[in-house]
Amino acid sequence: MSAGRSVGRDVPRVDGLDKVTGAAQYTADLKFPRLLHVAVVRSPHPHARVLDVRTGLASRAPGVRAVASGRDFPLHTGIYLKDQTVFATDRVRFVGDPVAAVAAESPEAAAEAALLVEVDYEPLPPIFDVEEGMAEGAPLVHPDLGRYEVVPWIQPKAGTNVCNHLKIRKGDYEKALSGSWRVFQNTFRVPQVQHVPLEPHVSVARVDLSGKVEVHTSAQSPFTVRHLLAACFGLSHGDVRVHVPYVGGGFGGKAGINLEPIAVALAMRCRGRWVRLMVDRHEEFFATVVRQGLSATLVTGVDRSGKVQAQKMHYLWNCGAYGGYGVNIVRAAGYTCGGAYEFPNVWGDSIGVYTNRPVGSAYRGFGMQEIHWALEQQMDRVALEMGIDPVEFRLMNCLGAGKSTVTGQVLDEHAGRVDLCIRRVAEEIGLDPARERRPYRGKGIACAVKAPAMPNDAASSVVLKFAEDATLEILIAGIDYGQGLMTVAAQFAAEALDIPLETIRVKGCPDTDLSPYDWQTVASRQTWATGNAVLRAASEIGRQLCETSAEVLSVPAADLTLRGGHVVHEPTGRSIPLTRLVMGYQFPDGHAIGGPVAATTSYLPEGLLFLDPETSQSAKPVAKWTFGAQAVEISVDPETGQVTVEKVAACYDVGRVVNPGLIRGQTYGGIVQGIGTGTMEELVLDPKTGRALNASLMDYKIPSTEDVPTVMTVDFVETPQKDGPMGARGIGEHTMIPTPAAIANALFDACGVRISEMPITAEKVWRALKEKEKVRCRTPLPCRPLAAGPFSAESLARHLSSLPVPARTVALLTGIPRGNGSVDSVTVKWAHGRTRALVGTLRSGDVREVAYQPDVAALTGLGPGLTPTGDDLLVGLAAMASRLGDAGLVDPRALRAYGGSLGGLASASTTPAALALLGNAANGLYPSVLAAVVESLGNPDVQPETLLERAARLAAVGAHSGADLLAGALALALGIVFPEEAR
Amino acid sequence: MRKTITLEVNGASETEEVEVGMTLLRFLRDRLDLTGTKEGCNEGECGSCMVLLDGRPVNSCLVLAVEAGGGKVTTIEGLSKDGALHPIQEAFLAHASIQCGFCTPGMVVTAVALLRQNPDPSEEEIRSALAGNLCRCTGYRQIVDAVRGAAAAMRAKAAAPLAVSA
Ligand code: FES
Ligand code: FES
Repeated sequence: MSAGRSVGRDVPRVDGLDKVTGAAQYTADLKFPRLLHVAVVRSPHPHARVLDVRTGLASRAPGVRAVASGRDFPLHTGIYLKDQTVFATDRVRFVGDPVAAVAAESPEAAAEAALLVEVDYEPLPPIFDVEEGMAEGAPLVHPDLGRYEVVPWIQPKAGTNVCNHLKIRKGDYEKALSGSWRVFQNTFRVPQVQHVPLEPHVSVARVDLSGKVEVHTSAQSPFTVRHLLAACFGLSHGDVRVHVPYVGGGFGGKAGINLEPIAVALAMRCRGRWVRLMVDRHEEFFATVVRQGLSATLVTGVDRSGKVQAQKMHYLWNCGAYGGYGVNIVRAAGYTCGGAYEFPNVWGDSIGVYTNRPVGSAYRGFGMQEIHWALEQQMDRVALEMGIDPVEFRLMNCLGAGKSTVTGQVLDEHAGRVDLCIRRVAEEIGLDPARERRPYRGKGIACAVKAPAMPNDAASSVVLKFAEDATLEILIAGIDYGQGLMTVAAQFAAEALDIPLETIRVKGCPDTDLSPYDWQTVASRQTWATGNAVLRAASEIGRQLCETSAEVLSVPAADLTLRGGHVVHEPTGRSIPLTRLVMGYQFPDGHAIGGPVAATTSYLPEGLLFLDPETSQSAKPVAKWTFGAQAVEISVDPETGQVTVEKVAACYDVGRVVNPGLIRGQTYGGIVQGIGTGTMEELVLDPKTGRALNASLMDYKIPSTEDVPTVMTVDFVETPQKDGPMGARGIGEHTMIPTPAAIANALFDACGVRISEMPITAEKVWRALKEKEKVRCRTPLPCRPLAAGPFSAESLARHLSSLPVPARTVALLTGIPRGNGSVDSVTVKWAHGRTRALVGTLRSGDVREVAYQPDVAALTGLGPGLTPTGDDLLVGLAAMASRLGDAGLVDPRALRAYGGSLGGLASASTTPAALALLGNAANGLYPSVLAAVVESLGNPDVQPETLLERAARLAAVGAHSGADLLAGALALALGIVFPEEAR
Repeated sequence: MRKTITLEVNGASETEEVEVGMTLLRFLRDRLDLTGTKEGCNEGECGSCMVLLDGRPVNSCLVLAVEAGGGKVTTIEGLSKDGALHPIQEAFLAHASIQCGFCTPGMVVTAVALLRQNPDPSEEEIRSALAGNLCRCTGYRQIVDAVRGAAAAMRAKAAAPLAVSA
């Protein structure tokens, strides 16, 4: 009789039938009598003073019913920082800033009348970059910043362009940095991008004759829209009613308030009429909100073992013209700046900067993809330069139970397992450090973490009630704009009450007059928050049903359970169907008890604590963290620079998989959106005029079926979330966070170039490859790979006995300075010792780059000259190691580790020429004169005369480079083949 | 300028007077209240407005209503009959291929045209047929799976009577 389990089952989405038949109505599908159409007058300047707005002509134009402009609506709005008015009043701050709007009987009449609105501007110098915005004496985008209303946990700086600054201070960063063995600093950038929901923004409003406001809008947060509309028009919440029908995608772009105030302002001017503002695809790109840009500089200090000891993050966010919502992204990025890692000493600054660009706001991931773009590439760079496998390095440093985040929050055993996610995707993609390499194919990994960024009291509530036939109706005000909230709400209720899913109807298109309160549909919080509220309501309903049944059956309520649509008394098997209980139970004599069964409950995250305003330390700043990782395999076309993502593996610790089909859909969708922002998307502004240059789907490409990998594997870890509904935690945003960084890391693996500015376009890769090519050409000696050939120890012995070795080479080999033209004794001693150490490490087959690092570092730049002696030794060693590797005498992985340590050298360590040689050697390319000798040594097919001739040519190179290169090659040959003699 | 047109939409004959500049998309949505066909860009770039015109998939935002005069139009509303879904619609439900649903009508219509032409398309052929239909939510994986699944189901159904008689 049980209805069977519902949570964890692949049930089809409950709104699927509406959507697949065309029945689902979105805002633009709703019919309104005598609808008026809106055209908005927008600023053509990125920054200007508004001197005058004259609307007289426009209001007398044919078909016009209302015109509205700035000064009539002086109140500010904004969710966290009230920095925006309905229309620009005294100044415009980006190209597209609304100045006035017209409502008319047809879209054409509105558009024509909008042209008649006359605006006088006085242009001001614009700011487009964060660096400009931070500069001393920069023009101020908001001179009134100090007068704006702001929530207490956002910290704008009056008199600057900084709309929020969050500081993380953990441990003693300075001290840890100075004690670090190696330090790495890199800068990464992310441009503004657009959400591109398939349904553009649209809002419809009416103010009735009594003054009540009614709005239908494509929005993620009906209650926030109501709240902010009330604030910006000085109305009671009770007189504002917001409906949200089906929403065709939002991704954060519909999270706050967008077009609604303009529609309402016009509706106030023509009471009784419905007014619709629908932006076209062109305006959608720049006149609605966009994702913020980021410029991030990271400093990482590691100890000898590769554990990060000091970590600095400096984020400058390009918030655009208004920061009402964006200021909280700045904050979230600050307290998440450590990503999925444990950093004991942290110095973080997350700074939001106003510019004259389109308005930055929430975008799926809320800043996390941007900061992970920086952090996950930084981790890869550090790992590779330390000679540690990037997977291993991540495992060494990642968060887990008992580890502390950048705010000092110590994770407990219920936290998600990023280590498991890392291992699973690494295995799926085959990130084995000993893997076989193919040119222009690469593999990379990146982790992800995110917590819901929301006020500590952000709540969700639900109403559960029954219809007469025991259909359960669930009222929610979270928006299901595709992620599957309606379906999972039904699944939770079905499971908790043990009723068939088919008997549940979720009322998912809220109306603020009738629906229970919900803060917002953002932050991957709905499955968790609404899910919890549904479970609470279900248990309350169960209590009511059992109470009535207990009276009917004259048994204790505690002995009753819900099973298969009945209340069942387990000991006796007696039961009552819900149909006889939900409206009250009637006894045979006619008297009735109970009553319509219903419950209203809410969920509010428990125990959240504010961040310390100076250090941001807090034991529980957020409700939960969801961790995950992605690994990718890519190929690069060296001719065009085009990157093709061949395969993606994703794994997240979601606590509990509620619906496998839906969660896979969230993951595939996130990966592809990540490929979009990672490799294709950027909103480009004309640097002079501030106008968007690619504001159409033709010029701003998003992924189509042909741009995405066919192989995406999706996997989940299920470590139950303690306060999650049946253990579940959020996942919606996380799926797009690590993708671009994983691709960037794979790109480096494929062809040794790094793109630190998103997106990774073919052009950037092509340029980087060309640049790399140039560096190669700048080597003082032409280089080439070694040719394969036979090798035997006997031939090597024969060759060595007949080879005249220059005195300098002998000195380096023995460590004893001798003869004229020799190296100075200190260099000889050092060089000899370090070379021997390297030979020893190579012989041992040690596969960790760290094992080679100290000796390589000591040798680079050692001695005088265009290519210092130490560098020549290293290159000579490398060439011979490669030959011996082919002969099976050196472990190929050890060889790679050694090569890696050569490739990772910083430009500061030696001369540019030497660096180029070392870089080539790391890539298997050696000076041709050296290659000829190395190929001959130990090759039984090579006659002694030939070798002699080749060795003489080598010895003649430079003042002493040839002798030094030869010394490196011989040191290794002797050390590996005749270890006894060498000692 | 206005013109009177007659065309068949989802099997019913419609006669309307329209502005000659009116697109088929506007005609369907505003005149016939067939709002299942969506407007995502109005410039032929997204595929949300896809309908069948004489069996061929077209972006209805790029076709004038007068051009469609005398033709046969099928929209998403015409694919299910009295509550019975088209196999492609069934497959979209079964494969979790729908998220926000805004691209869904256009995707389904394009898939119908594809399978009529090619009952057994490869993954690549499906991807290339759907390349003009953008979806920002799903990552396309489950949409492609649904089309393959529907193709298999439709072939099985077409073959079934033969199997019985054989
Ligand atoms: S609306 Fe026709 S293609 Fe986009
Ligand atoms: S399901 Fe949202 S655009 Fe495709």
